[in-house]
Formats: sequence, C-alpha cells, structure tokens
Amino acid sequence: MVDKLNDDIGEEKRLQLWEMMLKLRLVEKKAYDLFLQNLIKGTSHLALGQEAIAGAFGVALKQGDYTFCTYRGHAHTLARGSSIEGVLGELMGRQCGLMKGKGGSMHLTDVDKGVMGSYAIIGAHLTIANGTALASKYNKTNEVSVCFFGDGTTNIGAFHEALNMAKIWNLPIVFVCENNLYMEYTPIHEVTAVEHPAADRAGAYDLDKIIVDGNDADEMLRTAEKAISKARDGKGPSLIEAKTYRHSGHSRADPGKYRPDEEVKDWMENKDPIKNYRAKLLDFNINEKIISEIEEKIKDQVEKATEISMASPIPEIKEIYTDVWANGGSEWHN
Amino acid sequence: MAQLTYRASVSLAIAQSMRKDQKVFFIGEDVGAAGGVFKATVGLLEEFGKERVMDAPISEQAILGAAMGAAMTGLRPIAEIMFSDFLAVCWDIVANQIAKTRYMSDGQINIPLVIRTANGGGSKFGAQHSQSLENWSMMIPGLKVVAPSCPSDVLGLMDSAVKDPDPVIFYEHKSLYAFKEEIEQTDISIPIGEANTLHEGKDITIIGLALMAQRAKEAALILKDKHDINAKVIDLRSLVPLDLQTIKKSVIDTGHVLTVEENPRLCGWGAEISSLISEHCFKNLKGPVTRVTTPHVPLPSADILEDNTIPSVELIVNEVIKKLKGE
Ligand SMILES: Cc1ncc(C[n+]2csc(CCOP(=O)(O)OP(=O)(O)O)c2C)c(N)n1
Ligand SMILES: [Mg+2]
Repeated sequence: MVDKLNDDIGEEKRLQLWEMMLKLRLVEKKAYDLFLQNLIKGTSHLALGQEAIAGAFGVALKQGDYTFCTYRGHAHTLARGSSIEGVLGELMGRQCGLMKGKGGSMHLTDVDKGVMGSYAIIGAHLTIANGTALASKYNKTNEVSVCFFGDGTTNIGAFHEALNMAKIWNLPIVFVCENNLYMEYTPIHEVTAVEHPAADRAGAYDLDKIIVDGNDADEMLRTAEKAISKARDGKGPSLIEAKTYRHSGHSRADPGKYRPDEEVKDWMENKDPIKNYRAKLLDFNINEKIISEIEEKIKDQVEKATEISMASPIPEIKEIYTDVWANGGSEWHN
Repeated sequence: MAQLTYRASVSLAIAQSMRKDQKVFFIGEDVGAAGGVFKATVGLLEEFGKERVMDAPISEQAILGAAMGAAMTGLRPIAEIMFSDFLAVCWDIVANQIAKTRYMSDGQINIPLVIRTANGGGSKFGAQHSQSLENWSMMIPGLKVVAPSCPSDVLGLMDSAVKDPDPVIFYEHKSLYAFKEEIEQTDISIPIGEANTLHEGKDITIIGLALMAQRAKEAALILKDKHDINAKVIDLRSLVPLDLQTIKKSVIDTGHVLTVEENPRLCGWGAEISSLISEHCFKNLKGPVTRVTTPHVPLPSADILEDNTIPSVELIVNEVIKKLKGE
C-alpha cells in the first residue's frame, strides 16, 4: 500500500509526469502509424517502453539546462518541451520540422528548449555534453547538462574518455545509461565484461554505482532530481544506469525477433511504465476522471499536431545550400 | 621591430586572442605547465591560469568534444591536437560532429572553435607523426582549413580563426616552428580566404601551402637567378575558403601552373585546384596544370628517404624547367 502522508512527490508533479510520459508514448505511436502509411521515410528508433526516463528528466530539469540524446531521441526532445509538430514534421521532412528536414529523425535539435542535439555516432555526444557543462563552470552559471545513451555505448572509448574528463574537472553533468538490455540486436551481456554495463564501470572514475528501475517513474524522478541537484550544487558528475526495455525493434527495419517471446511479454505486460504508473496514480487516490482528461487532452494534441505536420509544405530545394557556414551559405571559394 | 619565430608567434597569437576576449580558452595535452611538446604555448598558463589554459588527459575525442560543446554555448575554445596524425582518433568529432552540426540543426548551432595542430614532415618522425592532412579536412563541408607559412601569417590568421563563427582547423607546420621573421606589429588580423603572393613573376604560377609555399619561394629565387624564369608564387594560406580569384588572375597572366603539395598524390588539394583551373581558365592555359606531391607512400623516416619523399626546392626548380623548357 502507498503511504499518502509521506509522499515526497505529490499529486501535482505526478500528474505532470503522467502527462509527459503519455505524450511521449502517443507521439511515438503516431510516428509508427505514419511510417506504416509511408509518410515518414528513412529510419527511426522509437523509445516506446522507455518513457519514464525521458519523462522524469523532463520534469526534473529547468529551462536553460542542456540535454543531449541519441538517435533514439524523439522522447527526449519532446520531454524538454519541443512541439509535437516540430518533431513529427521533422520526421516527415516538412518545413514545420525542428530543422526543416535538414537533420531528420536521428538529429532532432531544439536549442531554445535546451535540446542540444541528437547524435547518431555512438559515444560522441558524451564528450560534447562535457563541453556545455564546462561552459557552465567556466561562466560560473548553474545550468546542468544531461546526456542520455544506451547500454551498448558503454563499450566505446568515448564513454570512458568522457567520464574521466567529467570527473577530473568536476563538471555539472549527469550521464544516463538507458540499459534496454540490447545494443542493436545483440544482448548486452554477451559483449560486456561486467554485469551492469554502466554502473560497474562507475568505480573506475570514482563515481557512485547507481542502478535504478528505469520503468518506475517515481524512482526515476527521485534519482534524476538527486543527480541534477548534485551537479547544480557544484558537487560534480553522476552516472545513472536505468534498467528498461524497448517495446519495438531497434529501428524501423527491425522486428526484434532475436528477443525471447516470454521476455517481451513480461516487459510489455508487467513492466510497462505507463500502465504501471496509471495504476499507481489510482493507488494514490487520484481521481480517474483527471487521469482520463489528461489522456484525452494529449490524444487531441497529437492529432492536431499530426494535421499541422501533414499540411506543412515540404522544404524548398534551395535549403540544400543554406547553413553550411555561419554566413548562411555553402560557398567554399570566392 | 622584433624577430619572431613561428613557434613564438603561436603562443603570442593565442595570448593576444585570450587578452581580447574572455570567451577564449585553450585546451590540450601538455600545453599548460609543460608549454607544449613543440614549446609553442609557453607562458600561457602563467598569464591566464588553469581556468583558461587546461591540461587535458590523453583523450582526443574528449578534448574536441568538450571544445565543441563549449563552442555551442558561445565560448571560443582553441583546442590543440598535438600531432595532426592524431586527428584520426577523434575524426568522428571533427568530421561528423563539429563539421555537420550547424547544417543538421538548420543553423540553430554555431561552433566557433579553432583546432590547432602540428602538421607535416621534415622531422624524420616516421609515418605516424609527419603527415600533411590538410586535404582530409578540406573535403568535409563545414570545416575551414588554414595553414600559415610564416610568423606574421600565424598572428594574423589566428586572430581571424578565433573570431570566425565557423570551426577552423589551423595546421601549423612542424618544420616552420624555427622560421624567423622581422615583425613590426604583432596584433594584426589577416582575413581567412585571401592568398598571399610570395614572389612576383609572369612566366609560371606556382601554388603552395605552408612549408611548400616557402619552398616554392626559394625555388622562384633560384629560377630567377640561374634560369631567367620569373615565377609567381601564391601561398594559398587557406584551402577553405579558397581564394580562386587570385589563382584565376595569375593563370590568366602566366598560362602555366604548378601546384606543390606535401600530401601524398591521391586526392591532394592540387587535384581540386587543377580541376577548378581547367573549368575556369581552360582557354588561358598554355599547357597542362601539373602537380608536385609526395609520392603515394606513407612517409619514411631515415634522412635520405624522407628528404627524397617530400617535394624539395630542387624538385620544384626542375619541374618548372621541365614544364617551360621541355628539358
Ligand atoms: C560508432 C558507431 N558504431 C555503430 C553504430 C551502429 N549502431 C547504431 S545504434 C547501435 C546500438 C546501440 O546500442 P545502445 O547504446 O544500447 O542504444 P539503444 O539503441 O539500445 O538505445 C549501433 C551498434 C553507430 N551508430 N555508431
Ligand atoms: Mg541498448
């Protein structure tokens, strides 16, 4: 039973988290539908099932904080407050897209919201996130940088370089490993020397070993808030390993057949962060009507944003030649 | 008026930029307390302190990543990669991240940073510490590529590179660190993308970069003294942006062109220039554009081998005579 009197999170924040997670879920589902209708081309990596991590950080972070994510970044982008049509429009290659179609699904960027980019080369963005954290320290401002990545990323050199640098320079940064048990198609334990791919490496960089159930939204929020406060208070970096699972395949092309049926079933039925959070809200005696109203509101938002994206024009061909350089153009000789 | 080495002009150029703009900081391996393995950054730590002159671990990806992230917020980092050969271990950050992020973000993000690195041969360091890699960066949209040939160019081009809103790779030539020049004024600025004429002449245009520009100039002096050939020597100073106008003007004047490159033959920058000239000045040419390059081999180490691999003054002289006199 839940202890309502000793509730450190409270109804208001819980509903915020609920709304956030639901938005991430429904937009990803919409993205999937639009794929099936061939309105989204190229590839895409959905974060269905991993919403509690992006959602918790979205609630915990402040305006001005910086986030960096991977190609599996639609949810992380939305969680910072980017518009749904900005995200879907980018996936569909429309002018209303966050980058007018120049980046695509794997590179969502929205600097005004602190979304400092989505990165598609494993590991790179951990080093880049150190840079915004370094800037905050250099400028003596108190933004926090957060960098999300997968379990597979812990085996590339940049992960290790970045953690060492963050530690020696005591940077205000939180590294979040979303351990969804698989890299692309290979189970992470088959290719990793330690059991917990991120947490078991933390000690090598004099960081605490932090493992959290990434599908428990409340736990995720507590862990996020703690690490963010630590960074903001000048007490240095954290490395969080959040256990989770993706409901769909790695990318659009992947049906995910390499995963045992029972495993998928268990995560979908028993460990779905959204389903479980809904039940938890009811446990906390939150009125079901409020919960459902939020559901309706988000559904409505997603539909409206989809219409806006579909009505948005495709980019003009001249866009190919813009913004290579800061002068706005692409000329390389006089 | 003071004599300044290329080496001393590097630290002076960095210091001048750091004095002018608090947003500029400097990061690299062994750059602070040790003053750099080429002693090109001596005195910076003493003047600016640890917060602005950062000794980094041997983590080239982390160094350039941190510089990139800081630049994304508006700071203006100067990052050192000790030898240009080591760009290979952080090429993802250079080629995929720093170069492309402005474009992919539809201009939301600027990356005003400078990567300086010791480039080129002449030190008998062997194939992994001697390469000329300007052409690697030249072929990637989004990078500016600068390679100064003398102390005043180091001063003037560094000033512009640091102020530039785009990422600049600043190739310093190892064999030029001891090169001296009389300098009247040190706080100067030279726009990136303006070639420099090192020697005037109407018979042939020789186009070089960094050490090869200096060798081309020496060759031009010999050609004039001993062979009655007047060569115009153009020091490109930057490959991107490229000063095509200056090249075109000279080709119209001379009708003969030789490029002198330190990189191995295939896909060297001279090939691109040769193609531009045939496209823009075909009717002005009196013969084919030819190229002197390092042969298509990794650079060997022994004195006699390295000296015979990198284009020498004699080789340039001979090539010019062959072209013009058919000898
Ligand atoms: C340097 C590099 N190597 C390989 C790939 C291909 N690749 C894309 S995603 C991926 C799996 C990454 O796994 P993980 O870090 O666990 O993230 P997840 O996709 O599970 O979120 C791989 C191998 C890449 N993009 N970059
Ligand atoms: Mg994974």
